[in-house]
Amino acid sequence: MRADGADAAVDVKADVRTSVAPGVRFGGLSFVWRPWVAGVTLLLAVAGFLVFCLSIGVGDFPIALPRVVATVFGGGEQVDRFVIMDLRMPRALAGLVVGVALGVSGALTQSIARNPLASPDVLGITSGAGAVAVFLVTVSGGAATAVADSVGLSAAALAGGLGTGLLVYFMAWRRGIDGFRLILIGISVNAVMQAITTWLLVTADIRDVARAQAWLVGSLDNRSWGEVHVALWCTLVLLVVVASVAFQFKPLHFGDDVAAGLGVRYGTVRAVLLLCAVLLAGVAVSAAGPVPFVALVAPQVAMRLARCPTQPLVASGLVGALLLTGSDLLARTALPVSLPVGVVTAAIGGPFLVYLLVRANRR
Amino acid sequence: MTTTEVERPAPTPRGPTEARRRRVAGLGLLAALLLVAAAASLAVGARALSPAEVWHGLFAAPESDQRLTEIRLIVQTVRVPRTVLAVVAGIALGVAGALIQGYTRNPIADTGLLGVNSGASFAVVSGIAAFGFTSPFQYVWFGFAGAAVAGVVVFGLSSIGRGAGNPLTLALAGQGVTVFLAAMTTAVALTDKASLNALRFWNAGSLTGVGFDVIGPVSAFIAAGLLLALTTLPSVNLLNLGDDVARGLGVNIALTRTVGIVAITLLAGAATAACGPIAFLGLMVAHVARYLTGPDYRWLVPYAGLLGAVVLLVCDIVGRLVVRPGELDAGVVVSLLGAPFFAVLVWRGKFKSA
Repeated sequence: MRADGADAAVDVKADVRTSVAPGVRFGGLSFVWRPWVAGVTLLLAVAGFLVFCLSIGVGDFPIALPRVVATVFGGGEQVDRFVIMDLRMPRALAGLVVGVALGVSGALTQSIARNPLASPDVLGITSGAGAVAVFLVTVSGGAATAVADSVGLSAAALAGGLGTGLLVYFMAWRRGIDGFRLILIGISVNAVMQAITTWLLVTADIRDVARAQAWLVGSLDNRSWGEVHVALWCTLVLLVVVASVAFQFKPLHFGDDVAAGLGVRYGTVRAVLLLCAVLLAGVAVSAAGPVPFVALVAPQVAMRLARCPTQPLVASGLVGALLLTGSDLLARTALPVSLPVGVVTAAIGGPFLVYLLVRANRR
Repeated sequence: MTTTEVERPAPTPRGPTEARRRRVAGLGLLAALLLVAAAASLAVGARALSPAEVWHGLFAAPESDQRLTEIRLIVQTVRVPRTVLAVVAGIALGVAGALIQGYTRNPIADTGLLGVNSGASFAVVSGIAAFGFTSPFQYVWFGFAGAAVAGVVVFGLSSIGRGAGNPLTLALAGQGVTVFLAAMTTAVALTDKASLNALRFWNAGSLTGVGFDVIGPVSAFIAAGLLLALTTLPSVNLLNLGDDVARGLGVNIALTRTVGIVAITLLAGAATAACGPIAFLGLMVAHVARYLTGPDYRWLVPYAGLLGAVVLLVCDIVGRLVVRPGELDAGVVVSLLGAPFFAVLVWRGKFKSA
């Protein structure tokens, strides 16, 4: 800050000139038009849809891409309609929904904590869901079996994820939420959940362990419309909530004081968004198990592709969907043994993140 | 740790000499705690022993007395290796945890961050699947090699180019490699029942079943790592002022980092290979040590080492007591006990983002 008024005025002008981007206004809504971001987002959406259709077309009864697209948009032949809508759609849609949910959830948590490591995995949400699921799988007899039979593994896992998320949130609450404290608390809760899981696995029967392990990796096998409907509607509702507060989201990146100065009720906005992030992650885990890495890597990839300084929400969701759908396609077609999608997301996402980092460093 | 080195930092309100006296007293107290915990570790277990019996078991000459022979067997072949391993691994993990936080300037850094744990897991599970290993003596070397390779790869990846030394780069590269290796580990474990079975026990972080044939070489690696670590401590302090300042003060940054990473890999790799991935210990004791000593790594690191040993010993003892007649593995207890304790410290605002 300079004391001299004239100098400061010159500085402001210089700033305006360097960072100019045209504004767009529709009634009360206004945003900055950034062609690169819009283009990248559009490309991601198209790529995501193509992979989604490809994934539907692949199988014992292969269907060509144009026919898949026609069927998805309501046309198509009778046979195609049956195979696609009844058999393959649930799985593909689950991949899409889970990918979007994880991507957006990761972008929200990373932004709020201002730390790229603050994905739902690190905050303990996915491991909380995993601990509950493993408990139901390994502890047979009595109440656990009754719960597993009546409400299902997915619902129990969702409850576990939600409970863990809320636990982390309330434990981190101390006259407000601080990103760093949130991560530290998340790490410690995560450690407890993993310790419980490990303990359950050590004491369990080996057949149950294999089942639990398969669930713990994350998989899209055998999805039915029933499960997909729940995940789809939950995700859509949550995305609407996120979208409705998204305009107050960006200022949070400048810190609480600036956000308050810009008229953002940062406490409320952050609480709502964090709750949405937890719920999105919980829904994703309940639908596909704790698929690793999507929530961490999707926002990071989206940031670099869209050349944003912060995690872009829409692009993060799209990258998540692309990553998950593509991984599932690979898992079913390219590999000699059938592996759960979680193995593939990690196998692709890990090296890709490393590649991004190395490339970013070279510049 | 000579006096001239210690007196150099800016004087605290109490004056440097008193602060130093308090820190030395603290170290002494921790060492005493360690002795007590080690003695308890010898006495507590499925068969509780009196101090006199432990003494006999340790030092008495072989006799014909059936009962004493039995005690000697328990103490010398079960309790002593277990206790020694807890002390050695605890020191290694504590020091490694403190060092990695110093080098990455990342307060939530853990040795898991460098991919050390996941590298060891993957190598162990591969060894079991490919060669049918059954005993720790066979796969400990795989674990060590895996840990070392993963650590070096992560460090190498994050040190290419100009962004080298950015704490976030290292953390993200570590996460990338960790998740990749974890997925590969699961892929192997899901296709091979035997390795899945072995892996779940190794993963729990246990101190049992490892004899001196493993502890000996592991300790040698850890000793080498400790020596290396000690030589770099003053430079770590300067690195924490930022790379530019450190360079200006005459620190050879690349050399210091390389030595530091080698030391961390030796320490964490050897400990992980011997007892499985014990998560959270290094992270936790580094924070507690920083809370006790302040940011000077010449004090912080020894504190973290002793704290690590005490915590691991206590957790192992607790694990023997709580679910009798079974046992809870030390790694599980570390997380179950340590995490709430850590959460309380966090909540009370004891930690600053460094």
